[in-house]
Amino acid sequence: MAKDQLMDYQKALDAYEVVIGLEVHVELNTNTKMFCGCANVFGDEPNTNVCPNCLGFPGAMPAVNGKAIENSIKIGLALDCQIAATGRFARKNYFYPDLAKNFQTSQYDEPIAFEGTIDIEVPSGKVFTVAIERAHMEEDAGKLTHVGGSTGRIQGAEFSLVDFNRAGVPLVEIVTKPIYGAGDEAPELAAAYVRSIREIVKNLGVSDARMERGNVRCDANVSIRPKGQEKLGTRTETKNVNSLRSIERAVKYEIQRQAHLLSQGTAIIQETRHWHEDRGATSSGRPKSDADDYRYFPEPDLVPIQPSKEWIEQLRATLPEKPAIRRKRLQELWVFSDLEFRDVVNSDLLDEIDDTVKAGAKPQAARKWWTGELARIANSEDKDIAELSITPTQVAQIAALVESGKLTDRLAREVLTCVLAGEGNPEEIVAKRGLEVVSDDGALLAAIDQVLSEQPDVLEKIREGKLQAAGAVIGAVMKAMAGSADAARVRELVIQRANEL
Amino acid sequence: MSEITPELVRHLAALARIEVSEAEVAQFASQLALIVESVATVKAAVSDEIFATSHPIPMANVFREDVVKPSLTQAQALSGAADSESGRFKVSAILDED
Repeated sequence: MAKDQLMDYQKALDAYEVVIGLEVHVELNTNTKMFCGCANVFGDEPNTNVCPNCLGFPGAMPAVNGKAIENSIKIGLALDCQIAATGRFARKNYFYPDLAKNFQTSQYDEPIAFEGTIDIEVPSGKVFTVAIERAHMEEDAGKLTHVGGSTGRIQGAEFSLVDFNRAGVPLVEIVTKPIYGAGDEAPELAAAYVRSIREIVKNLGVSDARMERGNVRCDANVSIRPKGQEKLGTRTETKNVNSLRSIERAVKYEIQRQAHLLSQGTAIIQETRHWHEDRGATSSGRPKSDADDYRYFPEPDLVPIQPSKEWIEQLRATLPEKPAIRRKRLQELWVFSDLEFRDVVNSDLLDEIDDTVKAGAKPQAARKWWTGELARIANSEDKDIAELSITPTQVAQIAALVESGKLTDRLAREVLTCVLAGEGNPEEIVAKRGLEVVSDDGALLAAIDQVLSEQPDVLEKIREGKLQAAGAVIGAVMKAMAGSADAARVRELVIQRANEL
Repeated sequence: MSEITPELVRHLAALARIEVSEAEVAQFASQLALIVESVATVKAAVSDEIFATSHPIPMANVFREDVVKPSLTQAQALSGAADSESGRFKVSAILDED
């Protein structure tokens, strides 16, 4: 595949203004699907959560999941949207094997929620107000697996396999209005926006919000125009960018790619593009064409949704606090510096640390574990930190063991590794592996005496008051105790013994 | 009232994945024009008092409880499939689309 030429990012921003628009699909975590009673579960055997509705059998009748409507309204309210007095479902007609009905039940001109706003803070601390155009309900499509070819992608595939378990899973699609003026921070803003949406739906409890499972998916529209030009540039839509990091990279890539083309006098083609994480590049998908004529019409099998004012107000009363307000509260509660707090937010660890603190850890200890050791391990294993098999409660337990002096930092890291390896809870691991700090001075003193007797010259120096010489002894003692001693206590005892001997 | 042109018929046929001959294009254009014209008479009924409606019965908010019901088994689901593999429906790869 031909490699795109890119303009230097800074140069691109000097010459062009960036406009982005984001579409985020959120899979709801209702028990059942949007229009039938099949289970909404991730990871089951293929085609085991399907019925005549999911398979598009003639005569199958959809029935709306009330809980999904409720959750969609909650999302709308959390985004400060207006809730439609009348919302309707519509058929979006297209042929593709991931939808057996040959249409997707969606919403067209009467979405459940519209005209909202959300404040988004980018890593520099700047806050952008993003306008929400609409949030509408629809159903997810089935999952296609392309077989043949080398890449598992559609290019070169010989045939495709379809699993309809996901077909009919309730989705809410949140669409922003065009976002102007983000400048060089457009990529960060896009990622921060998706992070906030994810945080909102997670705190509402309406979605599992796991990006790696596709619970939250983002399509990023990017266009650029020469500075000073009023007319918007031609946009591209990069599909299904499924991690926060990819969103940032994909938007940046598109800015640089489009800037190069425009600088060469080449027109941008309005098209769908695909993001390739491995190559760090987008590639051309299909052009927007006749195929995008979806011939929407009102779904005749479903009646309108007219949420009463009372119902809306009832739901509004159940909303958790907004992310921006929650962040402010947590920062004050935890007494984190701006830098520490931003680091937590940008590492996407707010919920983990909040849960760890709720499980009894001190805020600074919780922060240290998540942004330090756990982030390092996740990074070295090239994983999302959320994928590590450790719970906030377990982290809090380790922190408590350190706090009470039962574990040194080094031992705690060892326990952490064991927890990640699935050996059980911290307390069990400490007991099973005998990792507890030796607080029995008798054992320590024996080891110290042994080391001091082996190093008489060091002993002499300590006696003369050259305390830095004690380091060698402390090291040897720690080694003899296999690390299961508190270094500070060893130091005290070494100095004490040196003067006694 | 927009005219039903041969281009529009070809466009609709392409969307519906129906192959049409040139003779059919001409035939369908006049037939579709007649259908659209007939349906359009309902427009005359819409006024300030009578709204366009997509449903004949004034009903709203018909919801289902979020309770799981039995699904088909995998074997049942695949029983009508032309072809299947590893518990999935097997279809030809469709290129140039995502």
